[in-house]
Amino acid sequence: MDPVTRISGLMVPLWRADIDTDQIMPKQHLKKVERTGFGEVVFDDWRDDPDFVLNDERYAQGNVLVTGPNFGSGSSREHAPWGLQQYGFDAIIAPSFADIFKTNCAKNGLLTVELAQDEVEALVSLATDDPSAQVRIDLPEQSVESAAGVFHFDIDQHTKHMLVHGLDPIALTLQHREAITAYEAHRPARMPVTNA
Amino acid sequence: MSTPRTLFEKVWDRHLVTAEEGGDPALLYIDLHLVHEVTSPQAFDGLRLAERPLRRPELTLATMDHNVPTTDPSLPVEDQLSAKQMDTLRANCEEFGVRLLPRGSANQGIVHMIGPELGVTQPGMTVVCGDSHTSTHGAFGALAFGIGTSEVEHVLATQTLWQARPRTMAIEVDGQLPVGVTAKDLILNVINEIGVEGGVGHVLEYRGEAVESLSMEGRMTVCNMSIEGGARAGMIAPDETTFAWLKGRPHAPSGAHWDAALEDWRQLHTDPGATFDHVVHLDASTFEPTVTWGTTPAQSTSVNGRVPHPEETRDPDQATRALDYMGLEGGEAITDLTVDRVFLGSCTNARLSDLRAAAAIVADRPVADGVRAMVVPGSTLVKTQAEAEGLDEVFKAAGFEWREAGCSMCLGMNPDVLAPGERCASTSNRNFEGRQGKGGRSHLVSPEMAAAAAVHGRFVDVREDPRAADARAVR
Repeated sequence: MDPVTRISGLMVPLWRADIDTDQIMPKQHLKKVERTGFGEVVFDDWRDDPDFVLNDERYAQGNVLVTGPNFGSGSSREHAPWGLQQYGFDAIIAPSFADIFKTNCAKNGLLTVELAQDEVEALVSLATDDPSAQVRIDLPEQSVESAAGVFHFDIDQHTKHMLVHGLDPIALTLQHREAITAYEAHRPARMPVTNA
Repeated sequence: MSTPRTLFEKVWDRHLVTAEEGGDPALLYIDLHLVHEVTSPQAFDGLRLAERPLRRPELTLATMDHNVPTTDPSLPVEDQLSAKQMDTLRANCEEFGVRLLPRGSANQGIVHMIGPELGVTQPGMTVVCGDSHTSTHGAFGALAFGIGTSEVEHVLATQTLWQARPRTMAIEVDGQLPVGVTAKDLILNVINEIGVEGGVGHVLEYRGEAVESLSMEGRMTVCNMSIEGGARAGMIAPDETTFAWLKGRPHAPSGAHWDAALEDWRQLHTDPGATFDHVVHLDASTFEPTVTWGTTPAQSTSVNGRVPHPEETRDPDQATRALDYMGLEGGEAITDLTVDRVFLGSCTNARLSDLRAAAAIVADRPVADGVRAMVVPGSTLVKTQAEAEGLDEVFKAAGFEWREAGCSMCLGMNPDVLAPGERCASTSNRNFEGRQGKGGRSHLVSPEMAAAAAVHGRFVDVREDPRAADARAVR
């Protein structure tokens, strides 16, 4: 995974609460066995609406999605973050994210930034009024800078470390192989196995 | 004396490979990993690319559920993409030595049905699956949660996951559910109370008289929808109901192991004096048959209620959009809403008792003119058992379609979908836009309410039907 440190670019405002992963990546696109090919079908059902923001040419170059609370709720489908990332988003800013979605984004190097609701609303207003407004996210500094101001965000230090250094979580875990083996040695013999 | 702990804390503590330290999350051991065809192919690919083995194939179990057609399993799968995904799962399971319950197998079914049915889901375990409704298994006092494909790969490779310790929330439900009101209504009321974001970052523990009185199947319905309240997991302390349900299952412990397990499982409850980060109190005796009117599972009301006007809701903008999608204006009586389709299925409400209760409501009455109704048992075992009891004949005589097991129209990945504009009474878990078919309009209800809607062609208060008592009796 490529390291994630500083992201600059343009915003795409999509102010709506509880956008679930069925909207981000509708089920008809979950049948691939590859990780690619999801960018063109992100928000596929909503793209029928000519007024949908991703159909607005002024936002075609946007790489930071600014959206409402509880973004990514519902299904655990990682196809949703794959689609957002392959479409061209490097980061998503929202007041809050659903748990599984947030984890899935982190595993793919798609940065999720949680700001206070009034700060997100300020960014939405800025991007709505001026599609060319720049935004700059600094992960090491945990800040979001734009004409709307400089906003600080919190992120758990483990996720930050993994992103900033572009680490492979499985490789990291395998460094704990001895601890896992030691744990397994103490599991009760009665614990079920699936192949018996 | 040791510090009082919650059920969640006890299960969490016993799975720590490494505890949380500094800013690092805990490394949690995973006892059971369930796998299906949609969220696993890229994970197996990842293992192959990195030349990593599957650490514990014997703690992994796979089935085909999301994509499977619910028609004759001896016929080939027509959708070539779905067929490829199933073939890929079969090949991956062979290559990595994972037991697979494929389409056509006697034990195939929705992944959250087969774990409990086989007895591989047991109290005190950690259970994960690349599916958000993994929370279902919490009904046994397991810590069970959904993960994405990257984490599926992580578990395949390491049998562990990095997890920040979630907060805890007690959902205390006192009183008893009235006749005609079910576990589904209970959880819809919980979600209405806490909201779809209320449980984010939390593990819920459902407690209280109403929860203790539920059967295992009802408890699974409740825990299943924890994710719809935003929670990663929901748990219920195991008790005699749990033990009786598990005893004799193919993978349940037996002999001396059963005795040891029982002694251990009896410790799995929240100690007196243990505290939760949040506590929510509800009274089950006030619950009524509940119907969702919008596009989130929190947007619900009593069957005797009305669809709200947007300004009466917490988020008028969201409600306006939801009503527009649902083809509603606000102010309609729920009992004036007619349905085109009825779906009795899903990992929420397609267990044997759900089908028995629905059949008791239907018995000897035809499906209303113009309504297309279908029953999709949650597992092949449920289908077989239901047929042994003659439930299939009850449904078929009424005009229901009787299908093979799978996720089916809960998410519409197979050919079972709503047409645009069709209104559906559904026993499933999500009424999101497009969930059951692009433009489809889903109203989440209990199996009893769905069966009544099929017969009447509109939503009716099932409590007014004398058969509601029969339905309760067979649950």
